[in-house]
Amino acid sequence: MPDARGRYGVFGGKYVPETLMYALDQLEEAFLNARQDAAFQKELTQLQQQYVGRPTPLYFAGRLTRHLGGARIYFKREDLAHTGAHKINNALGQCLLARSMGKPRVIAETGAGQHGVATATAAALLGLQCDVYMGAEDMERQRLNVFRMQLMGTRVIPVTSGSRTLKDAINEALRDWAAQVERTHYVLGTVHGPHPFPLICREFQSIIGKEAHEQILKAEGRLPDMMIACVGGGSNALGLFHPFLKEEDVRLIGVEAGGISLVPGMHAARFAGGTPGMLQGAMSYVLQDENGLIGRTHSVSAGLDYASVGPEHAWLHDSGRVHYTHVSDQEALDAFQLCSRLEGILPALESAHAVAEVIKQAPALSPEKIIVMNMSGRGDKDVEQAARFILAGEEA
Amino acid sequence: MNRIAQRLAALKEQQAAAFIPFITGGDPDLSGSEDIAVTLAEQGADIIEYGVPYSDPVGDGIVIQEASLRALAQGVTLRKILASVERIRKRSDVPLMLFSYLNPILSYGVERFARDAAAAGADGVLCVDLPPDDAEDYRNALKANNLESIFLAAPTSTDARLQFIGSATGSFVYYISRLGVTGEQAALSTGLAAAVARVREQCGKPVAVGFGISTPEQAHEVAGAAEGVVVGSAIVRLIAQKAGAPDMLRTVAEFARHLAEAIKKGNI
Repeated sequence: MPDARGRYGVFGGKYVPETLMYALDQLEEAFLNARQDAAFQKELTQLQQQYVGRPTPLYFAGRLTRHLGGARIYFKREDLAHTGAHKINNALGQCLLARSMGKPRVIAETGAGQHGVATATAAALLGLQCDVYMGAEDMERQRLNVFRMQLMGTRVIPVTSGSRTLKDAINEALRDWAAQVERTHYVLGTVHGPHPFPLICREFQSIIGKEAHEQILKAEGRLPDMMIACVGGGSNALGLFHPFLKEEDVRLIGVEAGGISLVPGMHAARFAGGTPGMLQGAMSYVLQDENGLIGRTHSVSAGLDYASVGPEHAWLHDSGRVHYTHVSDQEALDAFQLCSRLEGILPALESAHAVAEVIKQAPALSPEKIIVMNMSGRGDKDVEQAARFILAGEEA
Repeated sequence: MNRIAQRLAALKEQQAAAFIPFITGGDPDLSGSEDIAVTLAEQGADIIEYGVPYSDPVGDGIVIQEASLRALAQGVTLRKILASVERIRKRSDVPLMLFSYLNPILSYGVERFARDAAAAGADGVLCVDLPPDDAEDYRNALKANNLESIFLAAPTSTDARLQFIGSATGSFVYYISRLGVTGEQAALSTGLAAAVARVREQCGKPVAVGFGISTPEQAHEVAGAAEGVVVGSAIVRLIAQKAGAPDMLRTVAEFARHLAEAIKKGNI
């Protein structure tokens, strides 16, 4: 747990203009109340089961295991959750909180569109008005997701400021929230941002790890040796890892986007190329220049393409409990294809980064070892993008 | 005594409100900003807020965002802003306040920043995304260098928070007169006088009002209710419109004079 001011060691905190301090306090109170509220928890559980489709399966990836010839590989199938990614766990929980605070409107930021779609979905389900901020460039790249949101009654607002991507969509959402704070809840999509967002999002996502804990004990009679998840803001990774933090024998590996190379602007590996700083409400590792200006980032996967990382990850990095590494665009694309061919599962390009790390780790481990990897989302949204890169690679 | 505190004390004697213009440092360019700052002082500015351009200005509306981007595109950094402050200080005694986001200051190093800002001749700092709750080291560093740390208050601040902000802020508190980000608007918030009175009472400090004040008429109205009137976006927009034109300085001067006159004929 963070301390009373939302700090994980030196990371986290609440760095926002004064206008938002009241909303953050109000949100924290609503969250703490909801945690004790049996009716809230009952409704959440019911929706998780009947609407989201939880628990999601823990699947033994037999063909990939045999192909790699090492550790036994399991996928936690968040790609099978309603809307196709783990994002719905947090969006649904936060939209229920919005309703309990009496706020009729929610807003969200989105990069690839998965969190936007999840929020649009939860808002439709609960009858909330919903506006989603999305970088103009991302809207172009993810037209299908834009239309999905619109179908569910959400207004998608193009962001043309700054670099026109996720970071700028968050800036716009924060500006909107400051202006409309009395009737609006900001459904922040990851374990980043000012306290209490990292705590709330981790709590709603940790159902992934709780289920996986139970499922792996049932399947194998013991805990895994290694767990692997991709890390953008870090919500799917923290959701999987959190219930295992105390299990010291379980090695936890977070995978960042190594992009094209580790040259500034060509990747999004915050632990490899970043330094402590403050972006969008939280102290954490940040990709920035020597003047404290936020750097450009790149990843083939829009969901990992962000200049900072959740503050709890920064703390877990410095404490050494979680090991962070990165894989390149090319390795992720190769993993995307191998997983599709061997398992008939198209991973999201984000999750393909985790698959790429599994491909590196599994062969070096003996067959009695167990790896659990979070298949955080499905790759249907990425087919066009992947085709562009893969076909270009074949032509080159 | 710090120049900001001194000026506010003098204005209190005269029963006049402070005229506090904001400009983004480095827009249209650094020497242009310096000329503008000196001109604003000549036209009656009591305190100048000198904006440090930042890549992610979440507290600002589109006008100041774009000014920031123009300055960044020319390579303006916090280091260059401090050098610019030093040049302004050689030309004018006007109280100067840096208006920044936190990350450039963190990157520069809080203590080194406080030392260098004071040496350059700045008098205070307002850090938009640093509420007083997590500002202990920052406040100590500023205080050690005789710099004022000014904090924001908002319509959403509870009485308890206002008391806390009042205990942390320097000679005055900067009240965000409406929800949202910086920018001009046609009408002022209703009930502004009552809101300012609450902030003054709870904070126990003079109140400067900002966000959305764009005309001399509005400035006059606010001067009747508060100890200070901040005008930002309207000036920044004028600078952008006139960038490169020979009459840029004259136009800004004229607008500033109207604002100053409107504020000074107000009575509190």
